[in-house]
Amino acid sequence: MIEQEVTIRNRAGLHTRPAAAIVKLAAKFKSEFFIEKDSFQINGKSIIGVMTLAAEQGSKLLVRFDGPDENEAYKAMSELFESGFGEPI
Amino acid sequence: MDQTIKQEMKLKGIPASPGIAIGPVFLFRKHEPRILIRTITAGEVKQEIERLQNAITRSKKELTKVYEFAEQKLGSAQSKIFEAQLMILEDVVLFDAVYKRLKRERKNAEYLIKNEMEKYHQMMKSSKDEYARERADDLLDVENRILRNLEEQKLISKIEGSHVVVSHNLAAADTLIFSRNDVLAYVTELGGATSHMALLARALKIPAVVGLHQLLSLVQTNDQVVVDGYSGTVVLYPNPETLKYYKKKKTQYNTFEEALAPLRDLPAETLDGHRIKLAANIELEEELEFIKLQGADGIGLYRTESLLIGKEVFPSEEEQYEVYHRIAEAVFPKQAIMRTFDIGGDKFMTQAMKENNPFLGWRGIRVMLDKPQIFLDQLRALLRASTLKNLAIMLPMVTSIKEVKLGKQLIVQAKDDLRVHGIPFDENLPLGVMIEVPAAAVIADHLAKEVSFLSIGTNDLIQYLLAVDRGNDIVSDLFQEFHPAVIRFLRRIIERGTQEHAWVGMCGQMAGDPLATILLIGLGLDEFSVVPNILPEIKKIIRSIHYTEAQHVAERVLTMQSEDEIKAFLKDLMNHKFPDIPIG
Repeated sequence: MIEQEVTIRNRAGLHTRPAAAIVKLAAKFKSEFFIEKDSFQINGKSIIGVMTLAAEQGSKLLVRFDGPDENEAYKAMSELFESGFGEPI
Repeated sequence: MDQTIKQEMKLKGIPASPGIAIGPVFLFRKHEPRILIRTITAGEVKQEIERLQNAITRSKKELTKVYEFAEQKLGSAQSKIFEAQLMILEDVVLFDAVYKRLKRERKNAEYLIKNEMEKYHQMMKSSKDEYARERADDLLDVENRILRNLEEQKLISKIEGSHVVVSHNLAAADTLIFSRNDVLAYVTELGGATSHMALLARALKIPAVVGLHQLLSLVQTNDQVVVDGYSGTVVLYPNPETLKYYKKKKTQYNTFEEALAPLRDLPAETLDGHRIKLAANIELEEELEFIKLQGADGIGLYRTESLLIGKEVFPSEEEQYEVYHRIAEAVFPKQAIMRTFDIGGDKFMTQAMKENNPFLGWRGIRVMLDKPQIFLDQLRALLRASTLKNLAIMLPMVTSIKEVKLGKQLIVQAKDDLRVHGIPFDENLPLGVMIEVPAAAVIADHLAKEVSFLSIGTNDLIQYLLAVDRGNDIVSDLFQEFHPAVIRFLRRIIERGTQEHAWVGMCGQMAGDPLATILLIGLGLDEFSVVPNILPEIKKIIRSIHYTEAQHVAERVLTMQSEDEIKAFLKDLMNHKFPDIPIG
């Protein structure tokens, strides 16, 4: 199980497009994936769940991966977050 | 069944999209699906899963159509809603859970969908974040769409024949679905002329009238109705003469509209060479394309408070700059006049602070001067966007020189801020004020010494002047653009402004009323800023008369003592010279 903190880098925060990018990426991996914000946890493979987080720029989230490919999953996901989801920072 | 002939009824609403429609009503009530819980047998499970999958596929198809159409017609900002809804339909976790439960609990799809989505709905509604709460509505929309498709209820858009769609309200998505069929016009009880429904109707070239309170209690499906999207008139149960009149009007307008197209690139100039600026009022970026098509001389009023719609916080300087910059670029080399935030103080208030009379209270420039930090953000954003030197700033609801001077001080401060950071802007950015409070009209000459232009906001000016609330159904008849007091005020405002070398324009609804055009020209108005739809008609009038003639008209009108007399005179004039132009 991997549990790490990630930060929202992009200006617009976690709106629909980044939410979709996260979910799409998570779907590629077998591992279970959860995101936690202020002790509120959602399933990271659910777009509705991710939309509910609606985190803004600068927010810190906790991501949790559990499964056979958890390392690869975490690596890919943290890169996605670091890149600001490919949006203006 | 005894069909009694119903008495003809003429109703006046707000014109939202031009055109004339004659036909039967279709009363559209939003369908509320009723959910039954049904237990299914083991043998039915496979079938039920298929039924659900089909419903989801159909929903996706529908939403994709709606999304693409919205993208095309409205741009990506507005189509985002449908994009989010499409993604909700792809939520793996949600639907996995539903299918699992279907197999385990053996309940029908409707119940499970409603039940599962309700959980998420609760979660989103109670989020601290506004964005998440908005998505809760999207969730509900998706849920209803799936449920409708499950019932194999053909979306009500499959109506037989051509109809005038009448509804309490119409969401953007409904408007788009309906347009696939023969919709003659849209008529709603709610809505303003700049609602999304209105914008869509205009883009689709379907006549629309909004703001007809109590309409649903007056009509039924298949009642005959005439809809005049130019004047906002709706006639229920029209008698034969009325029908004949509107049928004729309809053909006339069609030929007339076609004849107006070449006017686009011609200047708004009278026969004796008097040039007038004919600009457009806009609220949404989506309108920019349309105003170019209509041949506008730039933007006479951009309502910056439209950036605040649905938002809890003010957009940042950066976010504002992006929008203002785009607008400036889009209309370049023509000018865009940006009115600073014109809002009621209720954006800042708690329940306990509610004003008894907000119309006479904390709004317009008063609010912004009390919130200098927010005002400075906007001023800096506007200045930064002015590098093409085609912007101007306008202050709303000004009543005193003091306010103008304070506003100017803040502009100087904003300029200093930017200069210190080496950020470029137009040093000579023109400044103007709205004349919408009677006091401002009376001291218009003093104000004109401080600014480059005045813009008359007749909507509010007339309300304050005649002590009439336009929204109050009981007295709305008393809101009279052609009241002699109003005409006198207009004359004085224009005189006072001109004498101090400020140009005087008008951005209120009166500027877009063809009945008033000749009079306003004759009173010496330098600029008309109108709703883009009506631009060609106003230009046609300007180009077809002599300025000297218009001046005579104004002189005559100024001697008249009643609005009835004035209106009759002008109507007569218009029927004579411009029988093709629709007047209310």
